[in-house]
Parts: sequence; C-alpha cells; structure tokens
Amino acid sequence: MTVRALASLLLLAASSALAAVPAQNALEPHGVQALAIHDLWRLTLLVCTLVFAAVLAAFLYAIWRAPRSKERTAPDVAVLDQPEPKLRRPVVIGVAVSAVLLVVLIVADFVTERRLAHLPLKDAVRIEVTGHLWWWGVRYLDDEPSRMFSTANEIHVPAGKPVILKLNSADVIHSFWAPSLHGKKDLIPGRTALLHFRTDKPGVYRGQCAEFCGFEHALMAFTVVADPPEQYEAWAARQRQPAPAPVTDLQKQGLAVFMRSTCAMCHAIAGTEAGARLGPDLTHLASRSMIASGTLPNTRQYLAAWILDPQRFKKGANMPPTPLSAQDLNALMAYLETLK
Amino acid sequence: MKTTVLSMLLLASLAGCYREERPDPAPPSPPTESNVRLSEIEPGQKAAPPGVSNQYEENAYALSQGKTLFRKFNCSGCHGQGGGGMGPALMDDKWNYGSEPENIYATIVQGRPNGMPAFGGHLTNEQVWQLVAYVRSMSGQVGVDAAPSRSDEFQSAPPEGRREKEEPKDASDAAAAPKG
Amino acid sequence: MSADANNPVLDRSWSDPPGLIGWLSAINHKTISIRFMLTTMGFFAAGGVLAMIIRLQLARPENKLVGPDFYNQLFTMHGTTMMFLFAVPVMQAVATYLVPLMIGSRGIAFPRMNAFAYWIFLFGGLMLYIAFILDIGPDAGWFAYPPLAGPEYSPGKRMDFWAQLITYTELSGLLEAVILITTIFKMRTPGMTLNRMPLFVWTMLVTSFMVMFAMPSVMLASTALITDRLVGTHFYNPAEGGDVLLWQHLFWFFGHPEVYLIFIPPLGFMSSIIATFARRPIYGYPVMVLAVIATAFLAFSLWVHHMFATNVPELGKSFFTAASAMIAIPTAAQIFCWIATLWAGRLNFRTPMLFALSFFFILTIGGLTGIMLASVSLDLQVHDTFFVVAHLHYVLIGGAVFPLFGAFYYWFPKFTGRLMSERLGKWNFWLMFVGFNVAFFPMHIAGLRGMPRRVYTYPAEMGWNLLNLVSSIGAAILAVGILLFVINVLVSRRRGEVAGADPWGAGTLEWATASPPAPGNFAQPVVVASRFPLWSPGGVAGVVRGLADDRREVLVTSVLDAVPNHRAMMPESSIWPFVSAVAVTVLFVGSIFTPWAVVWGAVLATPPLIVWFWPKRKATQMNLEREVKP
Repeated sequence: MTVRALASLLLLAASSALAAVPAQNALEPHGVQALAIHDLWRLTLLVCTLVFAAVLAAFLYAIWRAPRSKERTAPDVAVLDQPEPKLRRPVVIGVAVSAVLLVVLIVADFVTERRLAHLPLKDAVRIEVTGHLWWWGVRYLDDEPSRMFSTANEIHVPAGKPVILKLNSADVIHSFWAPSLHGKKDLIPGRTALLHFRTDKPGVYRGQCAEFCGFEHALMAFTVVADPPEQYEAWAARQRQPAPAPVTDLQKQGLAVFMRSTCAMCHAIAGTEAGARLGPDLTHLASRSMIASGTLPNTRQYLAAWILDPQRFKKGANMPPTPLSAQDLNALMAYLETLK
Repeated sequence: MKTTVLSMLLLASLAGCYREERPDPAPPSPPTESNVRLSEIEPGQKAAPPGVSNQYEENAYALSQGKTLFRKFNCSGCHGQGGGGMGPALMDDKWNYGSEPENIYATIVQGRPNGMPAFGGHLTNEQVWQLVAYVRSMSGQVGVDAAPSRSDEFQSAPPEGRREKEEPKDASDAAAAPKG
Repeated sequence: MSADANNPVLDRSWSDPPGLIGWLSAINHKTISIRFMLTTMGFFAAGGVLAMIIRLQLARPENKLVGPDFYNQLFTMHGTTMMFLFAVPVMQAVATYLVPLMIGSRGIAFPRMNAFAYWIFLFGGLMLYIAFILDIGPDAGWFAYPPLAGPEYSPGKRMDFWAQLITYTELSGLLEAVILITTIFKMRTPGMTLNRMPLFVWTMLVTSFMVMFAMPSVMLASTALITDRLVGTHFYNPAEGGDVLLWQHLFWFFGHPEVYLIFIPPLGFMSSIIATFARRPIYGYPVMVLAVIATAFLAFSLWVHHMFATNVPELGKSFFTAASAMIAIPTAAQIFCWIATLWAGRLNFRTPMLFALSFFFILTIGGLTGIMLASVSLDLQVHDTFFVVAHLHYVLIGGAVFPLFGAFYYWFPKFTGRLMSERLGKWNFWLMFVGFNVAFFPMHIAGLRGMPRRVYTYPAEMGWNLLNLVSSIGAAILAVGILLFVINVLVSRRRGEVAGADPWGAGTLEWATASPPAPGNFAQPVVVASRFPLWSPGGVAGVVRGLADDRREVLVTSVLDAVPNHRAMMPESSIWPFVSAVAVTVLFVGSIFTPWAVVWGAVLATPPLIVWFWPKRKATQMNLEREVKP
C-alpha cells in the first residue's frame, strides 16, 4: 500500500470515526415498516432456530445411539417387506408439525404484508427518485409546480409524516434500499414503482443501490435525513430558492469557470444559465453531507479532488476528469461553497 | 506442446482484446494543426492523406459512450438520429468539412458556420474522440464488432452496426461529380 | 456372480478403439462419463479460484486488489461456471456412469448423442474461458438482467459469449436428459419394476423431466437477448414495446427449477450412501419417491420469489410465498425418513458417510434461511444482500457439493478399482466442513446488517470488516480442504487399496460388476426380484441369456414392469459426434459475430450429422438377420 493511499485511508477513517455512521441495518429498524419487518424476523428466527435445534438433536441422537457396523456387517433386509410403525409415527408427526409451522409463518408473512401496505398516506410528501448510473436523482413533487425542486443523493423527509417515493430509472435496473426504514424496491426502466414509508424518529439513515448496475454499483449510496417537521419545512424552503448570486470577485470567477468548462454541460444550478440534467443538480450542493453518491464526505479537499479526477475514486463514473489550474480550481471552490 | 499452449494463452491474456477494454481505454491525443486540413490551397487537388487514426473506433465501450453523449448533449436536436434536420445528416456520404477523424474532431471543437456550436472547452478530449468515433459509425465507417447496437430508445434507423458503409464524399468531390 | 465372469469377446465389442481417432470416437458411456466428470470438476476448480480472488478482494474494506471491471467479470464467471458448467453437468455426468450399472444394463441409450453432448459441453466451456482470458469475459452477472446486459449498457461481445454459452450448456443438458429418461424407462433389467428402482435412479428420472421443461425457457430468453444485441430486436426494450421484466420471468422460470436440478440428484446420492452405511434400506421408499416428484412439480411454481422487489402485483407475490414455503414439506419428509433410517440402522462412519451426514447440518440451515426468504416482507430486506449469498451456498454446497464429494468417495472404487485414503478423506471432510461454515455463516449477518451483494468493495465504517475477513479466512480453509480431495484422488489412483467389486458391502446392482466394470458392464444381465438384489436372499432371480456378445446388443424392456420387449443393437464407436460438435461450435461462435453464421454454419453442420445418422448397411443386415419370427 503506498504512503499516499495509507494517508488517505487514515484520513477517511479519522473523519468517519468522528462522525456517527448513519444506520443502514435491517437489525436496527427505525422506520415503521422496518420495525414491522423486524417483528416478523424475530418470530421467524425463533421458529427456525427451534426447528433446527430439534432436527439437529434428533439427528445427533440417532447417530449417537445407533450401534456401529462395518462393511461386511449383514444388512437388515427383512424390513423391505414390512411396515415399520415405530419409525412411521415420528416421521408423520415431524412432517405434520413442519407443515403447521410453515402455515404459521406464511400467515405471519401475510399479516406483515398487510401492515406494510396499510400505511396512512394523508399529507404524504411525494418524491420522485430516478436511478442513474451511479447516482440518485431526487425531485420533490408538489401540486403547485413552482414549489417543486430537484436535488440529488440526499433525501430529507419530515419525521412522523408518510413519504411516497415514485421510483423510475433512467438507464438500467437499480434498487432503492434503506434497511433501517423499509425493504427495497427495484427501479425498473419502463415502469414506475411506488414505495411508501414513514419514520417517527428524526435521524440520518443510509441506503445503497441493491441491484447490480455496472461498474460502480458498490458506490451508489444515498442518505435519508428525517427532520422534525418545522426543520424539514425550513430545509425545503431553502431548497426551493435558486442559488445565490456570487458576491466576491473570486466567486464570480468561480461561476465563470463553471460555465466555460465541462461542468455546465451536465450539471444544473438554478438561478444561473446552467440547466443540464445529465448529472446531479448542484443548486444546493453545499447543503449536502456527502458527494459522489455517498462515496466521499463533502469537504473542500474531497470536492476538489473529485472534480479534478472522479475516476480516482469511482472508476467508470460518467463524470470526466476536469483539469483546472490551481487558480481556477480555487475560484470554483469558492463559488461552490456558496451553494448552501 | 503443453508449454506452447500455455504460453500462447498467457500472451493472449496480456494482449487482451482492445475492443473490450473499459472503462477508460486510452484516448488518442488531440490533433495538431499540421494534421488537420480543411481544404487544399489550390482547387482540384485531392484531400491530404489522413493524419490521425482514432483507435476509439475499435473500442466498443468508447463507441457506446459516444452514442450516449450524442443523445445526452442533444446533438440530435439539430442532426436528428443521424438523418439531419436543422443540421446536416450524419449517416449519409456527404461531408461538408471532411469525414476523417481529425476533421470531425476539429468540427466539434471549433464549431462551424450556420449553427454548429464550438464545444472547445466544454468537452474533454476523451469525450470528443468518443463522439468522433460514434459519428463515423453512423455512416458505417466503423468495424461491425465494435459498432454500437440498438439503444434502449425509440428507433428510427437500424443499429449502427447494421448500416451499409457509405463512401464518404467531401465537398470537393460533390462539386466535381456530374449532376443528374 | 455372473457379472464378474470374464468375457473377452464381449469386452472387445463394447470397447472403444485405440489411438487418437479412437479417443475422439469413443462412445462407451463410462468413458464419456469419466471425461465429463473430470471436465466438470476442472470447471469447479476454476470457479473456485475465481471465488478465492473475490474473497481476497473483499477481505478488507476499500481494497484495491482488483478494480470494478475485473471484479464484475470475476463474479459473473464464478456464477456462470458453477451454475452452468459444474453443478448440473456433474450430476448428469455421474448419472451417465451409474444409471446403466444400477439398472443392470450393458449400455446407455443414444450413446453417440451422449458423446456429442459431452463435446458440446466441453467446447462451450472452453469458448467461455478463452473469451475470459482475452478480456471478452461476461461482466453483467450470471443472471444477466437487461438493460444492463442489453446492447446499450453492455457494449462489445462480452455478453454475447455469455448468451451463447447458455445455448451450449442447455443443448448439452437437454440431450443428456433425453438419454437418461430413455435409458431409465426402457433399459432396466428384467424384474426391475419402477417400484424396485434405486432411489438415485428415481432422482435422475425426475431431474431429467425437469430439465426438459425448464431449459427451453432460458434458451428462449438468451436467444432473445442474442437477437436484441446482434440484430436489434426489441424483446427487452420498453421504448419499443418490449419489457425488461420479460427476461426475469423467463430466466427465473428456468432459474428456480435449475437449483432443484442441482439439489435433487444429490438426494439420490444421500439415499445410496446412507442405505449402505446404515446397513439397511432407506425407510419410506414410496414417500421418498413421491417427495422427489412433488418437489419437482412445486419447483416450477416458485420463480417469482426472485422478483419480490419488483413491482409485480402484491397479491401474486403472496401466492409465491405460500408455494416457496410449501416446497419445504417434501424435503422435510425426506430428511425425517433418513433420520429414521439412521435411527434404525447400524452405522459405519466412513468418509462417504461423513459427507452425507454433513447434509443434515448444512442443508437444514440453508433450507430454513430459504423459508425466511420465502416471505415477501423478509425478502424485501435481505434480497440482493449477502444473506442470499449465504443461503444459496448453504443449500447448494450443503445440499449438493457435500453429497457429491461423498458420492465420489463412495463410487471412486467402482470407477477406478481402488479405494480413496480414509485418513486423507477425514482431513478433507473436516477442513471442508469447518472452512465452509466459517466462510459462509458470517455472510448471513453481513446481509442483515446492510451489505448488498455484487459489490467490489465496501466502506470501512459500515461495521462489515470483521465479518468479511472471517469469511475470507474460511474460504481459504475450504480451498485447502478441496485441494486435499484432489491430492487424495491423485494419490489413490496409483496407490489406493485395491477395492474389488463391492468394497462397501452395498446392495444395488452396480456393485455386482467388476471394479472398474468391464466395457460391457454385465457379462450376463441379471433378473432381479428385490430393491436390493445383492442383499436380499433371492434378490437375483436368474440371468438373461441370448444377448449377443460379438456385437453391441442390449435388452429393451417395458416402462412399468421391465418385462423384456426386444433386443436392440447399439451403434459402434463413431467420430461423427465429435466432428458434428466442432461444426456446431463454428455455427454457435460465428453467430456471436454475424447472423449469417446461422446460415453457413447450418450448411457446415449438416454433412457430419448426415453421415452420423446414415444407416450402415452392415448393421441393418445384422439386425435383419437376428429378427426372430414367432
């Protein structure tokens, strides 16, 4: 391992040790559906463990108590023509008990499915999530078109309110999975899937794409931030604002760099002339905690390194390396940091 | 016998297959002024021999990326899916500014009169070469194995790999050819 | 025993010719089967090496041993190799050796087609691996979902090689299924009614029927993928009226029965091994047979459980939950019948028995995690995570590979005439058992704790580091265990204890032949009167006289009760299956690059096939001479 790689690994470890890792764990449920699934999990685990223990005990006891034999020991062929009631009873009971337990588990699953499906959806926040290679496009829907806004990779929701996700894909099959909130749902091109969830506890939850989608499937994560409702409204109001105009000369220079190099070909910043939808919307880039779809922390150092050469962190990503002079990069960073 | 087979396999694995290299096969370098010519000094002369070969024309991933960029950067806004519109058709045999890779590179980077924007600083070198390779595939100039197949979109023409190869005629040829 | 009696005339009739041409013309079922087994185990080793590299990459977070492109090729090749080039073919290979011996037949039905099926399989596997070495190996998963595997997102020829491999292996599998069904139905020795057939033969019969119904589905799916990629059809293009989910339905309609194709034959191994080493017949023969048949039928009604995360209707998914849970019942019945057999038997813990017994631990865990996955709600959490990786390896390795290794230890003396080393065998077994559980149990936890599958790396702060490291260490132990198996085979071939016809004191007909069997298997086919002819007094009720020794002649009997029907002449050795396979390979590989290959490839393949099937004057004459009018 090179010294440089080791240093960046240590830096990453250090920075992540300071930050609490957002929950991405089916055994740590926070959303109401994840909690329901967890209940079913505990019942199923209990039943399966008991069955396993019983079968293993019967098996081990059988091989422990049976007399030993050798290759030339005479085989017991008399049983070929006779019924064996002493063996028949335990086998029949075993099969019957297994069938009953299976029916219990099936019924428990049906009950859980109803619980998952029957989420009251009044006053739900509606969000359209579009899977891309390898990032998440997020668009908040509203009956009033002017109140809609776009962001990427980080979804804020109000705690205690239901959320309806409309899942589409712009290219291949992806899967939206935040295990601490709910099970997963595939994003299939040509189809729109729906996923409802609700979490009653504010918190930060992590999710990952769960359907193999090519080179960087492993680095296609997203964050779901559940805020108390007032905080959520404040966040949404800020997101609806266009980007502030650059104030200092350095920031103005940064915007100019953005427009004249490759950035504006793919990224949009509301309030500027950049309106392309090929890459994540950057209007409020500085308000997000991670960049590159949950791959890197959103710090100046990582953002600069990412812009100079995304391929170093996410090989195969569709964002090309952008060689900028140190001066231009400095200006661009100054501008991007205003996009709160 | 065994060692021969083994060393052949080893050699083959090292050589690999350039067509399949991804996700970042090395791009050609940008053409210099000396190997891009738009026109001859004197009328009637044939065009200079090609100065730059674009090995992306043999790389399936680069061609596929070129096709994606063509759609995403809205080249089809003027060129259609190759049949043209406001801009000239790209899947036929008529080339206003030259059909060689370095000509197309220059066209994309410099822009052209009557509406072709200059994409100079807005695209990276790799992206331009990918587009150049794709544009050449639209008229069948590219090998069938590497050429893109159908996209997951509405289709208005056969996939590039199944198009007949057009014989490019540049503007001077068109002027010299007898009409009618 | 009459079967041991030397009959040089018979041996010469059924032998394969010498020399290179002879080697390519061989059609004796045992010869082909040994080649087939060795080839499939070679692919198993290759798939295992790929897995080792995967585990090395995942041993540490953010590891840079391999990049994403090569990693995607690694797990695609691993899955494709294990599922298409190892798991089903090895079962068919072992069956084509043992089934004729177990049913008392001199040969197999359609022996030239058997050879052709082997060559096709070999050429398909070679094609895939040559492509992999040339960097044209597939990289979109062994399940190849469009649009990722489609023309836009998998440019180049990589997935075309994958799709064509399917064509090869499914053709081979279908042909073997036809061979096995015909052999089992029509070539059983007189007296071997269906009721007296060994349980392994039943499992192969059921498996072969499943193959006939399941494999066409994936051939159709992969052919549609080939045409989408090669000529621009729109089967999987939603923009032009196709459907991405069409692939998933077609693939999994094959894919779910596929895992039962892998699981059911080893149930037969289990029954054979346990009967011999518990010194008694398996308890509940009718239940065992019906359970296997029920499993086969139910297996076709489960496929949507691979699609629970898609937006197919919820009510429909519930049906598949119920079916997926219900299929556990026949398997449970079998497990209980075996435990009853062990309870009432007298046990001999030789290496084959150890491998068979490990099934009860490993497969039971795998089956129970399968019940968990059957539930839609639970599956929505653990689908596409390492939980599924753990489950599938528990059922496939515990349910198929461990019994398969037991079968190899059990029948190795029959194949080679020598016993494998018990000492090495026990080391082999325990290293595999410990290594396997250490490797795969932590994956259950990793999946529940949020680790998706098919990822080339994972962040260091997710809490999966120790689980992955332990898994990788377990994989290394498992690899050492498997290496010991290879060493045991190589050493025992030369220096193993000489076995004799029946080293284990077993009861079924294959143990009545020499070890290894004479080319014609049985000098005089026997008439049986029991399920265990070598155990029951009067189990062998007589011999069949009148079959020719100087040519390849077999006795064809009726389906239900094995009443002799007529004598049939089997073909002589022939090089045309090999040549036809080469011609068909040219067709298949050519059609990866151009659709015209289908035309000129067919033109190329037709002459060898015609020569193969052209009736030989001498053979027709001999047949006519031997017809006896009543």
